Amino acid sequence: MSSATIPPQFEIVDRPLDTQMTISMGPQHPSTHGVLRLELVLDGEMVVKATPDIGYLHTGMEKLFEYKKYQQGIVITDRMDYLNPLGNNLAYVMAGEKLLGLEIPERAQTIRVLMCELQRIGSHLVWLGTHALDIGAMTVFFYCFREREKILNLIEAASGGRLTPSYFRIGGLMMDLPAGFENRCRQFLEAFPRALDEFHKLLSGNKIFQRRTQGIGYISAEDAIDWGLAGPCLRGSGVALDIRRANPYCGYEKYDFEIPTEADCDVWARYMVRMREMKESHKIAVQAVSRLKPGPTKADAPKVVLPDREAMKTHMDALIHHFLIVAEGFDVPAGEVYFPIEASKGELGVYMKSDGGPKPSRVHFRGPSFVNLSALPVMSEGEMVADIVAIIGSLDIVLGEIDR
Amino acid sequence: MTSGPENIEQTPSPLVAALQREHLEWFGEVIVALGETTFIVPREHIVAACTFLKAFPEARFDFLADICGADRGVEEEPRFEVNYHLFSTTKYHRIRLKVLLNEEDTHVGSVTGVWRTANWHERETFDLFGVIFDGHPDLRRILLPDDWQGHALRKDFPLRGYEPYSLK
Repeated sequence: MSSATIPPQFEIVDRPLDTQMTISMGPQHPSTHGVLRLELVLDGEMVVKATPDIGYLHTGMEKLFEYKKYQQGIVITDRMDYLNPLGNNLAYVMAGEKLLGLEIPERAQTIRVLMCELQRIGSHLVWLGTHALDIGAMTVFFYCFREREKILNLIEAASGGRLTPSYFRIGGLMMDLPAGFENRCRQFLEAFPRALDEFHKLLSGNKIFQRRTQGIGYISAEDAIDWGLAGPCLRGSGVALDIRRANPYCGYEKYDFEIPTEADCDVWARYMVRMREMKESHKIAVQAVSRLKPGPTKADAPKVVLPDREAMKTHMDALIHHFLIVAEGFDVPAGEVYFPIEASKGELGVYMKSDGGPKPSRVHFRGPSFVNLSALPVMSEGEMVADIVAIIGSLDIVLGEIDR
Repeated sequence: MTSGPENIEQTPSPLVAALQREHLEWFGEVIVALGETTFIVPREHIVAACTFLKAFPEARFDFLADICGADRGVEEEPRFEVNYHLFSTTKYHRIRLKVLLNEEDTHVGSVTGVWRTANWHERETFDLFGVIFDGHPDLRRILLPDDWQGHALRKDFPLRGYEPYSLK
């Protein structure tokens, strides 16, 4: 399978009433997953030039980080990739923990892995539902959101928030898991493989879906690396790269899972990678639940981590620390770190720089959606305009993270 | 320091020694902190250094993870820095290159010829810090509107404006 190319006799011209025309797809187009605008030069049905235009959702979050204390920044991260907020929380707090040199207890690490894998399944379910919906298969959406609802309920039970959990804190977790959480989690994990089979039955054997996705949106492995694609998009081009393996964090090196890859480099390959990835995430989540042992969920750093409510009522120093952390924040030693994690969409890296005060001097998010979207022209030039919708869906972009 | 695997050396020290042996003028200034290695590369050598790091058999930094700017403060001299985070998809090590820029002369060579993913990262850094990447094929604003005045992530740019923004 080779990539679709523009025949050499075509010359890109931009004149109205000529054979080629420029159309603006978005920002209100429903299949652009938010507010993405594409400037497409079309020759008949064929796209000869595609230029993404972003920034419609820019809210200056990176500027805001510099004016907020470290613990206040966590809630901003929720709003970036709003389908995978726990992944954003994790990258941010782990960058802070690296600067502070904190040691996170075993139980907190395991809960982080468990919650992140649940969130990854949830994020992939939204992708699956909307991707199928874009291509014209409406039923899948309802099945996906039914399962996602169960995951959101679990996240809500642990953190109190469905879409904006802010569950991870610098130094551990907001609080321990509630009573009965493990059982609810096991119930979900027992039922999930059947739901996954259902999704496969709905889509994977569907001839229309296959014809709409196979051979579309080709990007070779060399191009994918050159364009900085990460996560499922890179693995869909046959590169077995996963940050959880390459630079493990949170104890991922102790979990047994595979890195699914597909060699076809097209929309279908990226679809299959994500479908198989949900199975792997399920596998990790099952292992994480079985490894949950009682223990502390916060690091032993009274000047950074908020004390327990009980301790505050009985210990003077706990009360003082609580007051100081909330009122003045905690000082982070000067330095800079770049902390990459494997989010549901690819490498999510946080660059954090501290000057020594209670507020960071610079926080930068390397959003996987931002980079994956920049490769859209390579995949889409030479394809039909209707396939652009399938290609955007296969990239799994979230504009909140692209525009920040 | 913690003992977790996230704090193991991201850049093996034999690699640092090898790089300094090859090109001391590019990789002479090195900072090792928190398990991360940073080279402060002279501005005029950044493109050559990146090309070399991509091709050098012991390094093989074929993946540009990120480029981000930073403002060290209005009074600082040099004021701006541009950080390049490189990663190897075969050897799994990472490295950071840093270029320091004065406020009066914020030009630096573009690495879009080395990794094409640099395109949007450099546009973002230009948009938010006003760093000009010479040789970039399409250096336009990316997040903010084309007619925006100023560069929003500079320290002297206010967090809040006083007038509503309207398209001219």
